[in-house]
Amino acid sequence: MRGAPYLLAAPLWLVLGGFLLVPMAAIVVVSFFDYDSVRLIPDVVLTNYADVLLSPVTWLTYLNTLKYTALVWVLTVAVGVPVALFLAFCVQSAMLQSVLFLVCTVPFLTSNVIRMISWVPFLGREGLFNGALMGAGLIDRPLDVLLFSDFAVVLAFVHLYALFMVVPVFNTMVRIDRRLIEAAVDAGAGPLAVLREVILPLSKPGIAIGSVFIITLVMGDFTTVRLMGGGQRASVGLMISNQIALLQYPAACANAVVLLLLVLLMITALLRVVDIRREL
Amino acid sequence: MANTKTINRRAALKTGLGLAGAAAGSGAITGFPTIWAQNIRNITLRQFGTGVSNLNALADKVKQDLGFTLAMTALDSDAVSQKAVTQPRSYDIADIEYWICKKIFPAGVLQPMDVKRIKNYDKIVPIFTTGRLAPESRIAQGTAPHTVSFVEGPTSTKFAAQPSGWMTLIPTIYNADTLGIRPDLVGRPIRNWRDLVDPAFKGRASILNIPSIGIMDAAMVMESLGRIKYGDKGNMTRDEIEKTTAFLIESKRAGQFRAFWKSFDESVNLMASGEVVIQSMWSPAVTAVRSRGIACTYQPLEEGYRAWGGGLGLSKNLSGMELDAAYDYINWYLSGWAGAYLNRQGYYSAVLETAKENMTPDEWGFWMEGKPAQSDIKSPDGKVLEKAGAVRDGGSFSERMGQVACWNSVMTEDRFLVQKWNEFVAA
Repeated sequence: MRGAPYLLAAPLWLVLGGFLLVPMAAIVVVSFFDYDSVRLIPDVVLTNYADVLLSPVTWLTYLNTLKYTALVWVLTVAVGVPVALFLAFCVQSAMLQSVLFLVCTVPFLTSNVIRMISWVPFLGREGLFNGALMGAGLIDRPLDVLLFSDFAVVLAFVHLYALFMVVPVFNTMVRIDRRLIEAAVDAGAGPLAVLREVILPLSKPGIAIGSVFIITLVMGDFTTVRLMGGGQRASVGLMISNQIALLQYPAACANAVVLLLLVLLMITALLRVVDIRREL
Repeated sequence: MANTKTINRRAALKTGLGLAGAAAGSGAITGFPTIWAQNIRNITLRQFGTGVSNLNALADKVKQDLGFTLAMTALDSDAVSQKAVTQPRSYDIADIEYWICKKIFPAGVLQPMDVKRIKNYDKIVPIFTTGRLAPESRIAQGTAPHTVSFVEGPTSTKFAAQPSGWMTLIPTIYNADTLGIRPDLVGRPIRNWRDLVDPAFKGRASILNIPSIGIMDAAMVMESLGRIKYGDKGNMTRDEIEKTTAFLIESKRAGQFRAFWKSFDESVNLMASGEVVIQSMWSPAVTAVRSRGIACTYQPLEEGYRAWGGGLGLSKNLSGMELDAAYDYINWYLSGWAGAYLNRQGYYSAVLETAKENMTPDEWGFWMEGKPAQSDIKSPDGKVLEKAGAVRDGGSFSERMGQVACWNSVMTEDRFLVQKWNEFVAA
């Protein structure tokens, strides 16, 4: 039975082939098509790529999307790592650990869109937060920047995706051999040194996995940017969705291919720096 | 024995009555259908369109009057054009807008209708046939419905300049759009499209983020400011598109807009929450804001309205009995009940005479003649929309539809437009 391993791998290949490779190939093919207002015209033209790569708008939009990704990444690391650290090291009982971990996931029982929309009445000009600030006499005019702004977009992203950072980091941290920490303490390391020299380096694979989630989620998003940005902010996902809406499939495909390459590049670079295979 | 007989006779009587009832229910004796009542019940026509006219109440009434089933799918306007073009086998009747029709019909997915089979064809509002509401009225810019209402023949996909007897769409609803305002918050009378970019409303204005429509609202503003005179707002040159989007970008950078909206509910929430006090808006959205007890006016403006209209088109794949049923449906649509239903929602229907017969004089006076309501005006589902004494914003049908400056449209340079619009959104 020399074929057995292949046979075992076959279902996976069928699924990946049918649902990932074929659609992807279709996207690549269509990205070379020509189009008019309603029809796709099978052809091999480079105009779609030229439109994507030569237009300053696309560059601005990509830059803006990268800006969101960078900000959200920094903030989710800043939020996620301490939470994971607390769960993994400060909470001693395994029972309490699981309970607190579940508590972290509670907000995720409601839908993405609802969690996002709920910020709107809170942050609006007539919203709760502005009302509170004005009531406390801190400001005398409502802050417009809270809603329909970059601030709102990044806030919603962090709120939506922080858990995607917490989970893998927590997972890595609980697996750190406690004897290493004891050894460090015995060798005279203070708590900060332990964190810097032992815990963080060993948590890197978890952070890397979390980063993969964050990067792919934020780079491809279009609803958060549209709703929280009040339609005034651009992202690559939104640009693609606009093109699809106007039946400009080839343009959308070309954009999707470029986005895919960019994301793959980012993730490859990340995996070069951190070896996550140890985790898997 | 005698006992059983009685029961049998009763049962027979009941069954007979039931059958008669079913026949009446299926419309077999109302004179509408041209098809055998037995077969018609097995027919299902699949219709799709935007939420505005894909109403379950209509499907229920069709079932009751005509006997067949109308399966409705409501989609957003982007999805509508996608489905119409890319999945022609997935529907029988397309409820689409005229400007989308200009894109879709040439793709050969729909078949034109023979007007000889449409009973009330002669009574259809002439906007859709000759383009002129009254013989002396001017034809508005943009994709005016009559320009895409007819094709040259039963198999043609080429639009005819004159009524040719082969109609692409039978109009369902249409309306005239303008700016919605919060009269309590704007603090001064609003008379012109240029008021949208008045610095007094900095950070409290909004415009809709659908490129082909948003650009026309912007064009109305530009013309109102006297910055530019368009050849055709509904089909701009590259230069005009460039100037218009440059102006939009300038306004956006100056912080004029609070947000851009894309869906109906977004516009309602922006207005109801007071985030925005002046914005491009759709009529039912104004009604929705008002029904929350918040003052909102659909403000008529000196430069006129931007109008839109939708209609029913038949899929190319329809034939035989299904096609006959579709014609029955269309004849039913124009026969009054549906028209009255749509008029009561603040839209306009295609054949006014028959709709009038299905409305009370007070309803007709309020919705169509611009008269003050004698008693409370209710929506089709019985909700009070306006108190007695109220007058419709913009007045009568002819005042509103007679003031149309341009129709929603698709431009020859739409690819360029989308690029420029993306630039505006990204700016």
